[in-house]
Order: sequence, then C-alpha cells, then structure tokens
Amino acid sequence: MAESNNKYEQPVSRRHFLKNTGLVLGGLVVGGVAGSLLRRPEAPQQPGAAPAPAADYNQALMYFSPEQFKVVEAACERIFPEDELGPGAKALGAAYFIDHQLAGDWGFNAREYMQGPFYPGEATQGYQGRLKRREIFDIGIQELNNYSQSTYGKRFYEITPEQQDAVLKAFETDEVKLTAVSASAFFKMLRASTIEGIYADPLYGGNKNMDGWRLKNFPGNQMTYTQVIEQDKFVKMEPLSLRDHQH
Amino acid sequence: MARKLPKVDVVIVGVGWGGGIIASELTKQGLTVVGLERGKERKTEDYFMVHDELRYALRYEMMQDLSKETITFRSNTNVRALPMRSYGSFLMGTGLGGAGVHWNGHTFRFLPYDFEIRSKTIERYGEKKIPEGMTLQDWGITYDELEPYFDKFEQMAGISGAENPLGGKRSKPYPTPPMKMTPSMKLFEEAAKKLNLHPYPLPSANLSEAYTNPDGISRAACQYCGFCERFGCEYGAKADPVVTVIPVAKKTGKFEIRTHSHVRRILHTGNKATGVLYTDVTTGEEIEQPADIVVLTSYVFNNARLLLLSKLGRPYDPNTGKGVIGKNYCYQVMRGGATGFFEDREFNNYAGAGALGMVLDDYNGDNFDHSNLNFLHGANISVSQYGQRPIANNTVPEGTPSWGKEFKAASLKYANRTINVGAQGASLPFRHHFLDLDPTYKDVFGDPLMRITFDFEEQDRQLAAFMSEKCGEIAREMGASKVEVRGKLGPYDITPYQSTHNTGGVIMGASPETSAVNNYLQMWDVENVFVVGASAFAHNSGYNPTGTMGALSYRAAEGILKYHKSGGILV
Repeated sequence: MAESNNKYEQPVSRRHFLKNTGLVLGGLVVGGVAGSLLRRPEAPQQPGAAPAPAADYNQALMYFSPEQFKVVEAACERIFPEDELGPGAKALGAAYFIDHQLAGDWGFNAREYMQGPFYPGEATQGYQGRLKRREIFDIGIQELNNYSQSTYGKRFYEITPEQQDAVLKAFETDEVKLTAVSASAFFKMLRASTIEGIYADPLYGGNKNMDGWRLKNFPGNQMTYTQVIEQDKFVKMEPLSLRDHQH
Repeated sequence: MARKLPKVDVVIVGVGWGGGIIASELTKQGLTVVGLERGKERKTEDYFMVHDELRYALRYEMMQDLSKETITFRSNTNVRALPMRSYGSFLMGTGLGGAGVHWNGHTFRFLPYDFEIRSKTIERYGEKKIPEGMTLQDWGITYDELEPYFDKFEQMAGISGAENPLGGKRSKPYPTPPMKMTPSMKLFEEAAKKLNLHPYPLPSANLSEAYTNPDGISRAACQYCGFCERFGCEYGAKADPVVTVIPVAKKTGKFEIRTHSHVRRILHTGNKATGVLYTDVTTGEEIEQPADIVVLTSYVFNNARLLLLSKLGRPYDPNTGKGVIGKNYCYQVMRGGATGFFEDREFNNYAGAGALGMVLDDYNGDNFDHSNLNFLHGANISVSQYGQRPIANNTVPEGTPSWGKEFKAASLKYANRTINVGAQGASLPFRHHFLDLDPTYKDVFGDPLMRITFDFEEQDRQLAAFMSEKCGEIAREMGASKVEVRGKLGPYDITPYQSTHNTGGVIMGASPETSAVNNYLQMWDVENVFVVGASAFAHNSGYNPTGTMGALSYRAAEGILKYHKSGGILV
C-alpha cells in the first residue's frame, strides 16, 4: 500500500486544501464538517514498522451458511471474473458484501412497502412479491445447486467455469422455472449486488483494499477536484476510502 | 382526544424549499410560524461520511421510508393500481430541507411560453394543434409577472450562471459567475455552435465562488467532489433550505420547527381552515395546532393527498373533467438522448458537481416550429458532469453481455470514455392522468395512499424520438467514435429511475372552474389555505422544476402577507 502510494501524486492535504479554497471566508472557517476537518496532520508511518499480516477478524459470515457462501462466491466470480485486467469478484470480497447486506435492513426489505394485499402486477408496476431479498437468495442459491446437480451431477461450485456460465445463463433467460420468484429476477439481483460488492466503499466488506476502484481508476472519497475538473488530461490518483476520511 | 396547542399565525406542513421560503419571508415580517416536518432534523455535519455511493445513492439514505408510506400506480383506470414497493422512477425526500437537500441544483426559469401555453399554442398553430384529451391550460400568471420572484430565488440561492440566449428577459444577471468548464462541456459548446445552436452554462445552485446572499447568509464554493444528487452537501455549497432560508427564519425567533411531526389532516369549519392535526411519531400522540393560515409545503403527492384526506377542495373526476384536486398530474420525458463513446480519449468523469454542464433550449418550449411535428413543447438538451460513481456507472456499447469477462473489460474500458447527451422533455397534461386516493392500500396510520394514474402518450413518444435524433447529431459533432441513440419510449415504467420531477395535482390558474389555486397559490375554495410547490404546475416544462417552484414560493409568501393583512381572495 505505502509503496503504491508513491506512484501517484499525494492527494491535497485537508489543511492545505481548506486554506486554499473558498471554505475559509474572511478568515473564519465555515462551520460543520469542514471546520471539524481542521485537525493536526497525522504523523507519518515509520518505514519498516508494518506488522506481519494477521487474520482478518472483521471478516466472517453473518447470514449465509458456508454452503450458500460457496455457491454465491462462485457465481459472483463468473459475473466478474479475475483476468489479466485484475482481480475478480471473489478476490474483491463481493460474496462477503452480499452476505452482510442480506443480514441487515436490505435483506429484510425494511424500508420498503411489504404490506398486502399481494397481486401479480404488470411489469411496469415493479416487484409485487411477498418474499424478502434474503428469502429470494435462499431459493435462488438452492436452485443453482439443484440445477447443477440435475444437469452435471455436481453442486454449482464443483462444476467447471464454463458449466457455471451455462447454469447462470439458464437463470438469466428464465430457462429455469422457479416458483414464487423468477430465475431471471434472482439473477438480476445477484448481478446487481455483485457490482455493488465490487465498487461500494470497503467498509461494507467488498472492494477489498479499494482494488475494485483501482480497476476503474475511480479515486473513491476525495475532498475536492477543483484542481482536476478543468484538465484535458486524465488524472489518475490513488483512491481514498471513508476510513481515510475518519482518521 | 388530541392535545390542543395555542394558536399561531401560520402553520406550515413540510419544511423543504417551499416551507423554508415561506417561513423566512413571513417571520421577517413578524408573523409567528410553526413548521411541522415529519422527518428528522438535518445539518451539514450529518454529511461527514457522505461520499458513500451505496448508502446514499443505492440504499436511499435521504429518502422517505416506503414501509410507512408509498404511492400506488396504474397506467390507466382499467388496471389495478399496485404499491410502489421499492424505489425506482422517482425518489421522495424526507427530513428537514426535504428534496431540496438531495437535489442536484439545476435552477432554470420556465419559458414565457410555459405560463401562457394554451393561448400561445392556439395563437401560433390554431386550436386543432392541441390533441384530443390534452388538458393544456394557461397558468394564470405571465413570465413577466413572475420575473421578480425568479430573481429573488436566484439571489437567495446564489445561482451561478450566464444568460440563456433563448430564455425570458432577466432584470438582473445571475448573482455568481458560471461553474468551471470541463473538457466535455467545451466539446458540447463547440459542437452546438457549429450546428448553429445556442449553448449556455447550466444555471447551478452548487455555487461557483464564495457568496453572501441578501439575507446575510454566507456559503463556500463547490469542490466538484462528485457526490451531489441523492447526497447532502458536506460543504453547504449546494443551496438547500437548511443552509439558506431556514436559518434566516430561525434567527427571527418567530419560527418554531417541530420535526417527527406527521400532519394527517387539515382541520376546517365552514370554508375556512382552523389548523392541522398531526401525530408526534416519536410518541404516537395526536396534537392539534390551530392557526389563522395553513400552508401546505410538502411534496407534490402529499399536498394533493392531504387535501383529499381532509376533504378540502373539489376532487378531480376524470370522467367528467370536473373538479380540480388531483388534476393535471405530469412528469418528465427523459428517454430522449444519446451516448457518445470515445475510443481515444479519457475524461475525468469521476469529478463533477450536481449542476455542472452546458445546455441549450433551441428545441425547448416553442423555440422551434412545431407546424410539421406531432408533438408540442420540447426539451432542454445538455451535457452534464455529475461525477460518475462506480456502482451506477457501467455504460457499455450495445451488444456487450451484461456480465462475465467481456462485460468486465468493456465496463472498465469505457468508465471514463463516455459522454451522455441528454434531453429533458416536457410532460403535458391529459384528462386521464391524475392523482386520487387508493381504495385498497394504506399508510402506517391506516390512511389511503395516493394513487397515480399515468402513462406516456403519443405526444411523449414523438418528442423522445425527435430529441434522441438531435442529441445524436450533437454527440457525433462532438467527435465521439461511436454514438448510440436511445431507443423508443415504451410505456411508463415505475421501476427504472427517471426523474423526481412529479408535478401537478393542485394546479394554479385564472379560474376556480379549472384550477385549485390562484396565482398566489391561495385555494379558491378555502381562502386561508395556500398550497405551495410544483403541485401548482399546470404542466411540466422541459426543465428541472425547482427554479420555478422557488419563484412561486416567493410569490405565495407575498400573497400570505397580503392575506394576513386584509383577508379575502387575493385575485
């Protein structure tokens, strides 16, 4: 990390940036967030002081069973595979992201209207089912395994990548028939949450080490682009996360 | 029995742009005002962790909790309306500042044509040009009459811009210079000029430089951080009610804000309102707030819904065309547009601001001849640099698979190599597009939800097709290696995000027969109730609504002060 930092221009320090922008009005710092950012800069890290990498105790399953996790992780990796361009969904932790999301509000559809009566609607009226996202994932994962078993005699994460693609395609096109939810609706949710797991701030458990952002040259959480916004040349910078913002 | 509080001069329902403007103008003149806001308090400090695409843009942190209240939707009266169970087409704000906090800051003035659209259309093309069923109406006010209020809103918010060469006359220039020019904006400007069009910088509430407004409120300049729409501004640079009008009202000592206060009914006897009934959602207690004047300043849906729930005003009947509450619900036609792919050039697309772009109005309003076209009005065409965030930004050329190795390669390659030329189309009213109370679905209190009956019409399809071609021409002129012009406009679908520019339902006009409020936004039928918001729009223009909504709010504030003094119907 520290090494790769040197390849890029250091981002503008907050203190320097606040002094040189409109944020300081007539000698007074504007209140709120900006004001609270005027803190002493952190001491630079001592070279060679980094400890050996330890186990990541922040990473464990909140919702999936280990079996479910293996299926989801394998499926995510086919949606966004590792290749010569860089890491895929597995290395980026997208399956952990999905697990954590399903454990919370999103998995329970907590901020969505889930009262009856339930009627099948027109496509233009949106989702009208009574299943919550975590239930849709439970069904979808089970059926990925069932379909793999009946077609290839093995579970989803045991078949070849090409076979996995064929299974996912069968879900995407509704060749697989499920009850209560369509295979394509499950696939769409799986795809969308995989993308989220690749690119959401690392605080959610995916986008490991901000490597998802690096794939796209997305700089993450920067305070200002006033120096960049008018430039004709593409400006590549080392990303910052929300964690960087807090410390 | 509800607990009854002492009477105040004015009670405001919803403290967003409308409520904040009304509160600041009224309290400056010494009136006592209570603002009831069903959401929570908001302040700039809340946005320390705001650069979080998932939380704010995908999980809707700033938006209304749909588990408590949503709307129902059907395309026509033969279809069963069903609830919008999760967000899609539009996003309803909540909390102090309302949708005025999570907006982008595009601050346009509607065109002179808009306010007299029926008269001017007939004058130029004859009455037959207006298709069967289109309930096109003049607004009961002209652009010239509204001009001083546009100016007032722009001075208050510190709008950054330069004159629209095809817009209405201005009494004053914008208070701050345009935002910075990005390479994609320059490309658009040059291409448009080559095509003999009239580009100008998008009028922006993001603030190009530090600014102190006429109320003495100082704000810092935009930092182009790329997290604007759906987010609150960590710098207070983006004009929102919390950093502009609300502190002005508070400073008078005459404005009391009660958050977590959900207004459920307007109370009335005879043909006058006596106050409102609300629930303190933290305790469940029902409270009555008496007032001389009641001002509805909530979002479009809730303005209309509260009137219908309270049995105030005449509900609209689409069969007879009679009645006014719920009439002329309009939206926005966003499907016109084109994407340019640039093989040899990368843009700093991650940087941007909510209202940073170049726009043109050559195909907006009646700025072009419609004689041989099968639609009325038009669209504002633009290139905007909002700041492309990585979850949402996965534009790939047509024919690319939506997942797998090929998708990965294309989505990474084009992340910073696409420019979108977009058209924001007007939405004109039809007799069978309206708002009423849903017979089946209820909110958390057991009150009926608002029901939307709406679909796109031939008018909209023709408009979108025309605009897509124009956007494509511009994108090609900009030098894109490949241009994809967007497809046909299908039926209105509530699932993909389009625009939070819902309008109408409590429209203004010159006659009580055809409108709910007069040009001070005073209810014709209930003289001490004012209904402020884009709910007053008789149709929606090819622009973002906030500038016009803000101007109407200042106009309404003046009306309320007049009414407070002398009473009676003001027009």
